[in-house]
Amino acid sequence: MSGPSNYQPTSAFGKWMHERLPIYAFVKETALDFPTPKNLNYWFTFGGILAVMLVVQIITGIVLVMHYTPQTDMAFSSVEHIMRDVNYGWMLRYMHMNGASMFFIAVYIHMFRGMYYGSYKAPREVLWMIGVIIYLIMMATAFMGYVLPWGQMSFWGAKVITNLFSAIPFVGDTVTTWLWGGYSVDNPTLNRFFSLHYLLPFVLAGVVFLHIWALHVPGNNNPTGISVKGPQDTVPFHPYYTMKDGFAILVFFIFYGIFVFYGPNYMGDAVNYVPANPLVTPAHIKPEWYYLPFYAILRAVPDKLLGVIAMFSSILILLALPWLDTSRVRSGNYRPIFRGFFWVFAIVCVALGYIGSKPPEGSYVLWGRILAFYYFFHFIVILPLVGLLESPKPLPSSISDDVLAKRKPMLAPAE
Amino acid sequence: MKKKLSLLVAGLVAFAVPAKAAEEGTPAKGISYSFEGPFGTFDRAQLQRGYKVYKEVCSGCHSMKYVAFRNLSDKGGPAFTVEQTKALAATFTVKDGPDKDGNMFDRPGLPSDYFPSPFPNPEAAAAANGGAIPPDLSLITKAREGWHGTFNQLVNGIGGPQYVYSLITGYSEPDEALKKEQPEGKYYNKYFASGHWISMPPPLADGQVTFDDGAPNTLDDMARDVSAYLAWTAEPKMEERKQTGFMVLIYLAVLAGLMYFVKKRVWSDLH
Repeated sequence: MSGPSNYQPTSAFGKWMHERLPIYAFVKETALDFPTPKNLNYWFTFGGILAVMLVVQIITGIVLVMHYTPQTDMAFSSVEHIMRDVNYGWMLRYMHMNGASMFFIAVYIHMFRGMYYGSYKAPREVLWMIGVIIYLIMMATAFMGYVLPWGQMSFWGAKVITNLFSAIPFVGDTVTTWLWGGYSVDNPTLNRFFSLHYLLPFVLAGVVFLHIWALHVPGNNNPTGISVKGPQDTVPFHPYYTMKDGFAILVFFIFYGIFVFYGPNYMGDAVNYVPANPLVTPAHIKPEWYYLPFYAILRAVPDKLLGVIAMFSSILILLALPWLDTSRVRSGNYRPIFRGFFWVFAIVCVALGYIGSKPPEGSYVLWGRILAFYYFFHFIVILPLVGLLESPKPLPSSISDDVLAKRKPMLAPAE
Repeated sequence: MKKKLSLLVAGLVAFAVPAKAAEEGTPAKGISYSFEGPFGTFDRAQLQRGYKVYKEVCSGCHSMKYVAFRNLSDKGGPAFTVEQTKALAATFTVKDGPDKDGNMFDRPGLPSDYFPSPFPNPEAAAAANGGAIPPDLSLITKAREGWHGTFNQLVNGIGGPQYVYSLITGYSEPDEALKKEQPEGKYYNKYFASGHWISMPPPLADGQVTFDDGAPNTLDDMARDVSAYLAWTAEPKMEERKQTGFMVLIYLAVLAGLMYFVKKRVWSDLH
């Protein structure tokens, strides 16, 4: 995606192929030789980690489907069949189940990295917005996947979330009935969720392709936030970043493996090992951990419709982030006041997650409201104002200069 | 200053929210089992004793429908021999059929059969137990939590087997105030997850089951054995999982180490 190719094949087959489908030239330019800023730190490896996690989820998912039965009377026992009778079925399922959590851990780090280093600012607004869409599709996919084992929390989670649509004025109940395929969460709901859960990851793969395309037009952002000025600022993606990302992916896999093999149910809810029962409501219905901050925002608003609007707005507001942040300096490293507010915001998100996991009573309600208010306040008031009022620190003249300046003190003792 | 502000916010969040003690029951007794930790394995003799407790006591009311008799001789389980498993299966009566005349008939269980349920349907189970349906026990130690808290569970595990142990050994007399609100046919058990009043009478008493290996059979011993057995029925591949995990993590650690040096080498020619 960087202009006409200057790649010249050497072998006879290479030449023959190049004239018909220049796929090697394409890969070489977009993946191998792609000029990448040489100062990317390990926070920038999570894009690669996410791509690998998507592949892991698709592969384990496809094999799980070979043994799973999407039918209300059999879904739960077919999962137990996978756990007990299928060769390495327990491993596939625990990889898939924990893989979802790992996917969200990686995506949250990836998003906060983008926010800290201003990766959403011109000329990367479209790249960022495609990322928000990926995140939305991920959330929908994970939600429908969680329904498939047909445990108590699968059923009641599905019920609560689909019920949100009934808050839409006039047509709410019709929409909910249409989503369910009946008058309650039942077999038709399970069937359509299964179908969509299988479809959406491939949609995701397509949107990820757009995300990478949009990345390759302006190129990567970097910790200084300043643009690449020339070849001295970059290194070819391969071998520099294939090796660096490769190392990061392996370390992430170790973290992932510890959960799969030694704490596979830690991030799940014990109640989901009870088969779904429409007549018995669990004591605390709560979604998986990765939705908890949004669940807290939903419950912070006393009105159902406004709560639903607040919850969806809390995600959709990310689409406007490139225009809400008025500062022209990208990286938080050079924005002392922004940096403080960034960390406060990160803590507020974690605190909202904590509130989301608690029953809505006592002081949790008040704290949920304060934190939910602050969440929006950060985007709507703090970001625009800080950008206008703050005076950023001086930026380095180039990426290369910054790298050299940082290296000097480390080299000094050796000289 | 910003740092102080963020610490302040964190502090407020951590301390201003009161800890809710009464979330769900009393935390289970923190007893330990042989199968805990990254290298923990089941104690075969304990699983065999636990099976006997399940068979002689629990199976009167509780089903175990995801476990087959053949599992009793699987690797990583109670390690009954194939012969023993055949004999154990035959002590259960299984409904089969229809035969060539179209009639259902009873026959002794085979290793390929799943544990038969004590009641034909949930309605019959409820009718025989004062309206409460005894839950299936196959997954009970994964379906219950011994204690709560994100950090607590990360360090101490989820505590499902401890919950079962605590429930079995946790019957007591309610105090006078509570006694007044005791519902008909319910028993007081402070470990019970859904509100202290449980329909199950105390299921075990000292010396109730006699073990073939002469192991002690106090209430406490039997509760440990049966909760260990139920930990196995819930997670029969636990040993395979931990052993595979150990190999996988060693492999990943070595590969990551090599990758780190490759990365260092590649980057060293820069500048």
